[in-house]
Amino acid sequence: MLELNATTLAFFVFAILSVGGALGVVTSRNLIHGAVYLIISLFGGAGFFILLSAPFLAAVQVLVYIGAIAILIIFAVMLTRSMTNMAEVVNRQWWLSALVGALLLLMLAVGVIFPVWGDGGLLPNQPVSDQVATTDELGAAFVGGEDYVLPFEVASLLLTGAMIGAIVLARDTEA
Amino acid sequence: MSLVNEWAFIGVFVAVAWVLPALPLVVARIFQPRKPNAIKMQTYECGVETVGDTWVQFKVQYYIYGLIFLVFDIELIFLFPWAMAYNRLDFFAFGAGFLFIFLLADALIYAWRKNALEWA
Amino acid sequence: MEQACINPIETLAACLISAGATAELASFVQILIGVLLISAFPLVLVILLIWVERKVAARVQDRLGPNRVGPYGLLQNVADAVKLILKEDITPAGADRVIYNAAPIVAMLSVLLIWAVVPFSPAHIGADLSIGLLYFVAISSIGTLAIMMAGWASNNKYALLGAFRVVAQLVSYEVPMVVALLVPVLLAGTLSMQALVRAQIGMWFIVPCLVSAIIFYISNLAETGRAPFDLIEAESELVAGYNIEYSGMKFGLFMANEFMHAFTANLLFAVLFLGGWSGPGAEQYPLLGFVYLMLKTGVVYIFSLILRATVPRVRIDHMMAFNWKFLVPVSIINLLIAALLIQITRLFGIAPAPGETDFVAHLPQALILLLGNLALIGGIIQALRSSGRRDRLAEQARSRADETAIIPAGSGD
Repeated sequence: MLELNATTLAFFVFAILSVGGALGVVTSRNLIHGAVYLIISLFGGAGFFILLSAPFLAAVQVLVYIGAIAILIIFAVMLTRSMTNMAEVVNRQWWLSALVGALLLLMLAVGVIFPVWGDGGLLPNQPVSDQVATTDELGAAFVGGEDYVLPFEVASLLLTGAMIGAIVLARDTEA
Repeated sequence: MSLVNEWAFIGVFVAVAWVLPALPLVVARIFQPRKPNAIKMQTYECGVETVGDTWVQFKVQYYIYGLIFLVFDIELIFLFPWAMAYNRLDFFAFGAGFLFIFLLADALIYAWRKNALEWA
Repeated sequence: MEQACINPIETLAACLISAGATAELASFVQILIGVLLISAFPLVLVILLIWVERKVAARVQDRLGPNRVGPYGLLQNVADAVKLILKEDITPAGADRVIYNAAPIVAMLSVLLIWAVVPFSPAHIGADLSIGLLYFVAISSIGTLAIMMAGWASNNKYALLGAFRVVAQLVSYEVPMVVALLVPVLLAGTLSMQALVRAQIGMWFIVPCLVSAIIFYISNLAETGRAPFDLIEAESELVAGYNIEYSGMKFGLFMANEFMHAFTANLLFAVLFLGGWSGPGAEQYPLLGFVYLMLKTGVVYIFSLILRATVPRVRIDHMMAFNWKFLVPVSIINLLIAALLIQITRLFGIAPAPGETDFVAHLPQALILLLGNLALIGGIIQALRSSGRRDRLAEQARSRADETAIIPAGSGD
């Protein structure tokens, strides 16, 4: 009884955090405040991963998104002169982004209410899978057989490429 | 079941733990004197008045360190499952991990050669 | 799940249920009491830690240290805390109030939350998460955020510059720290803190992962902003650093947090490399395990205090170079060597079975890994010597004109 309630309560807390944080991101005038709201929103996302029995992804969310990307965003804001106090909240293309946002929301809503993929769609009230994979099994899947070795290595290659690109871009602006 | 309990502990911990450092602040709020004045509130800069905006533009080097860190961070995320499963895998897993880490080291060597690791 | 009366907290839940409370309420009360105990313990401990730190620093400098308030000056920090509470704290003009006030709380939270996964004894752990070690790494990265918040919200150039430097330092040293942590994970095959300790019952990880342990210790010093990496406190360059505008109890929180973080880092070193609570009789008497853990932590903690009192501060460019050009490459090579040697020992069938608690069974693999580590250390020393010699010769060639040749800093030997 309480088990269910506690989970539901947690769900609503995380939902408020992530949606409220997201609203804060788009409405705050101050870019740093926006970044802080983003962090709050990302925390909500990490909470969802925990509720979905994916603690590894929750840790990744905190480690990568909050620990690295949020810091990087703050650095980027600081590197951009006088971006901390913007007078304007809405720019001229606000309707375009609003349109895109509304379309995405519509797509998500349709996807959730009328599932169109999978074997005839997922039935409501059915857990996605009763088998919860552990981090250990994830590692075994990466390198244990030959199934996912290629994607695993390509991920490394991709990151190497990203780093080289980042260095080239960043150094060029300075020179 | 156990998983839920473990995370419930973390949830309660987050809810309680921020109160503990906030408590002395509240107590201090009650007992401390409060006589602010304009000079006291001034930004501290060893007696010199602050010139211009605080949020000045900073060196790009901080950002580069941030980027390199981000790349390493994501690589390490991939290596954690690898390390966990390593005990029940064979030499193939070592090879895969070696290639993965080798590419990572490659990126580091590139950054080194391009002087992206210099502070100056 | 039904452990008998090993754990006082769990017996309480059993008592509550027998007294008529529902199972949910009992488990909630149990969790709440556990949380209060674990989160209040480091806060109380920190008062003692500051005293220990001041005493040790004083002894190193041939002073007495605090000795007036209470026996042996033990109450000095209580007096200091009372003073800090009675101080007016000033919020500087132009500061971002919400973020400014939240920063010290977030900073402390980032350290307190680590304690939730520390295994104190075989039966006492806040939450034995399956990803415990990763949780520790993730939570540590929140501390970076708190410093950024403090530096930005203060509306002070020194604070912001200090915060930038600290953040660059913290994110950089996180890389070798995490790479070093992968080696124990390779050996234990788990991220759960309790299981990591159990894997060390036969053999402490400091023996097979010597280089990892050293790297973890060094990067932890940097992560917690301790000497010789205490650039967080660069009085000479930045007046104080990111917390320059903080006063009164808010400053006190940052200060206490720094001491607490240092102790927590040493605690984790003891857990991950010195066998945590493991020791003779720890399985039968969990409290003995707690005593072992605190003793081990105490030894490394005192070592870090003596280090702090004796070593001068490094320059920021040296520190970054030391991380990216030394620690990171070494930790990567170390990881590869360990991975290779583990596979080789398994090939020859001398690797211990998982869950093996016998010392002798662990010996062959541990010795082979230790040899690998020692070879790595030897190689590093050789490489440093030759590069140092190269630098010295180049420097001599350059400054042959004037006789006042300067010996290059960091020549390596």
